[in-house]
Amino acid sequence: MRVGFFVPCYVDALAPEAAKATFRLIRRFERDVTFIDRASCCGLPFTDMGYDKHACKIERDFVKYFGDYDVIVTSSGICTDQIRHHLDSVEQTDAVRHLRENTHDIVEFLHDIIQVDSLPWAEFPHRVGLHNGCHALRFLHQARPTELIIPDYSKTEYLLSLVKGLEIAYADRRDECCGFGGAFTVWDEECSRQMGLDKVTDYARNGIRYVTSADFSCLLHQECIARKFGIDLKTFYIAEILNGDAKP
Amino acid sequence: MKQVNQVKNGAKFIKDTLHRESHDRCLWNARMRRDKAASRLPEWEQMRTLASEIKRHTLSNLDRYLEEFERNATSNRIHIHWAENADEHNRIICRLMQEHNVKVVTKGKSMTMDECEMRPYLERHGIKVYEADLGERIQQLDNQPPAHIVMPAIHKLRGDVARIFAEHLGSDPAIDDPRYLNSVMRNDMRRNYIRVDAGMNGVNFAIAETGGVVVCTNEGNADISANVPPLLIFSMGLEKVIPTVNDLGIFIRLLSRSALGFDITQYTSHYHAPAQGQEMHIVILDNGRSQRLSSPDYWEVLKCIRCGACMNTCPVFRRTCGLSYEAVYMGPIGIVLEPSYDMYRYARLPYSCTHCGSCGNVCPVKVPIPELVFYWRKEMVEKRYDQLFHRLEEDGMAMVLKNASTLSNAERLGLWALRNLPKGILQSGLNPWYSSHANPEPPAETFRQWYKRQNSSTQRNSRHE
Repeated sequence: MRVGFFVPCYVDALAPEAAKATFRLIRRFERDVTFIDRASCCGLPFTDMGYDKHACKIERDFVKYFGDYDVIVTSSGICTDQIRHHLDSVEQTDAVRHLRENTHDIVEFLHDIIQVDSLPWAEFPHRVGLHNGCHALRFLHQARPTELIIPDYSKTEYLLSLVKGLEIAYADRRDECCGFGGAFTVWDEECSRQMGLDKVTDYARNGIRYVTSADFSCLLHQECIARKFGIDLKTFYIAEILNGDAKP
Repeated sequence: MKQVNQVKNGAKFIKDTLHRESHDRCLWNARMRRDKAASRLPEWEQMRTLASEIKRHTLSNLDRYLEEFERNATSNRIHIHWAENADEHNRIICRLMQEHNVKVVTKGKSMTMDECEMRPYLERHGIKVYEADLGERIQQLDNQPPAHIVMPAIHKLRGDVARIFAEHLGSDPAIDDPRYLNSVMRNDMRRNYIRVDAGMNGVNFAIAETGGVVVCTNEGNADISANVPPLLIFSMGLEKVIPTVNDLGIFIRLLSRSALGFDITQYTSHYHAPAQGQEMHIVILDNGRSQRLSSPDYWEVLKCIRCGACMNTCPVFRRTCGLSYEAVYMGPIGIVLEPSYDMYRYARLPYSCTHCGSCGNVCPVKVPIPELVFYWRKEMVEKRYDQLFHRLEEDGMAMVLKNASTLSNAERLGLWALRNLPKGILQSGLNPWYSSHANPEPPAETFRQWYKRQNSSTQRNSRHE
């Protein structure tokens, strides 16, 4: 299996540790993995705001760089959702369809493709709040959103259950959006801040000091808001915990 | 007309902690009750699919079902009127009132009438209108439009209601006990009910098979306005029709559970013919609906049964209040419906959304609201109704994200700034992130830099071997 590894724009500079952990984690299961350093973006910032003309060029490049790989793994749920569900600005060729169907974030890669049943190197003997980011939750279906009356399941919870000593906790409003929403956090800053503040206050009320998620963007928003408002919170991208890199 | 700025309006409500927290809590509780009520029915998700399919079928055969409805209603001695737009709707109703020499009317909740701005129209023609729904009446007395399609005064606190009732109905402003306030409203409305000349109501469902209409309320106000006066007028959007009584069961089971988390509304009233000595009219409103139906991109908004579940779950709506949308329909369904009424005025609404997707999951008829948000944002850009601010931001990002080397340059610059610029700049208004967030800790190197270093050292090592 030839794996192409994609590091989203915001992760490259702001969360290199998250990308490293993801890369190392893939390597533990599949040696044939290449980081595609020519790829800059998945197109989400443009599609999200309706600017398909900008998305088009980026999507074309993305297909060019990743089209040859059997599986594409990303270190972000929202980018995976973008590629799978919104890579619409380019012609839908077989290569594009292949790419869309075979792009996964690290959670899906471990859970669905590799089907891991143990992570013997991972240990994190702490209580950890699990934030299933909206896109991973409701569009990648990584867990049951509380709105849907279907049998309970959670890929993220399963993977974290393989980590020695880790205890999963949730905020009271466990899958309410934290208010990041990409550019939303800048042009509707009052609302975004309030949602983020409500989220980190919810953690604090539940005694949650560590939070993990399959989306680093949510974590960046939450941790920086917590720090700004003096709330004790440390966040880890899920691969950091699953790879045993997370340090309290 | 001025463009609605929901962000600015919402920011004001967010600052009002007392009201915001109460609003958020009440609606979140409704959402929690909805989850509980829905989870008691193992067939819930099947029902949503079925309801959505019934709507698809009905909307695909709308002409046939509307004609069937008209035929059956007419044979039940109900008068049917067709209104192409808001103005025609209001003129029909006003004319009926004038023909019957109506001076005072009660009105139940009706989104269609709100959409047509019918109350001010009738008032301009000398007809006094009493809102019969408690929340609507509070809003009417306070001279505000409804802030939620099911709970019109949900943004108000008990104290607000006590103040409004004291001012308009002469009650004691110091007593904010809900039972007392309820009795004030009740005593006032009972006086009005006796002297009204006509009753008006909205419609939840119109049944083609029987020619009757169904109204779901929790206060029984619809029934009093329907049974006391000699003239009874209903108003409905043409998408309200469903084929048979059998279909009704699905919708009744979904509606109140979705809206408020109760198994059923207190009153589910069926009106199939006028009472003895009474006249019954139904005005069927188009007002852009057939236009919407013809659009392959957003015809599905017509499936909406106006339950308000999307509003209760929307994290933006709960914190900003329905009034901030300055629209008849607010929250998730509002931001995808209102631009189809007035694209310029509501051009900013589709951006009041974080794409969390919760609205799509609670919708009992599966209106694909999250997809429609994408649709409208694209439309706004295409028709040049997007904000200059967004356009510049997106053009700038396109330059940065063009390829890996432009991205790397921007990253180097950004990280350099984070490390070296004085706090006075990093923590000023020049950095929009900082107004809500602490700045991120700049890492020693980016992933790209690390990867390059690893690879070159691996290559060096392999050369030595």
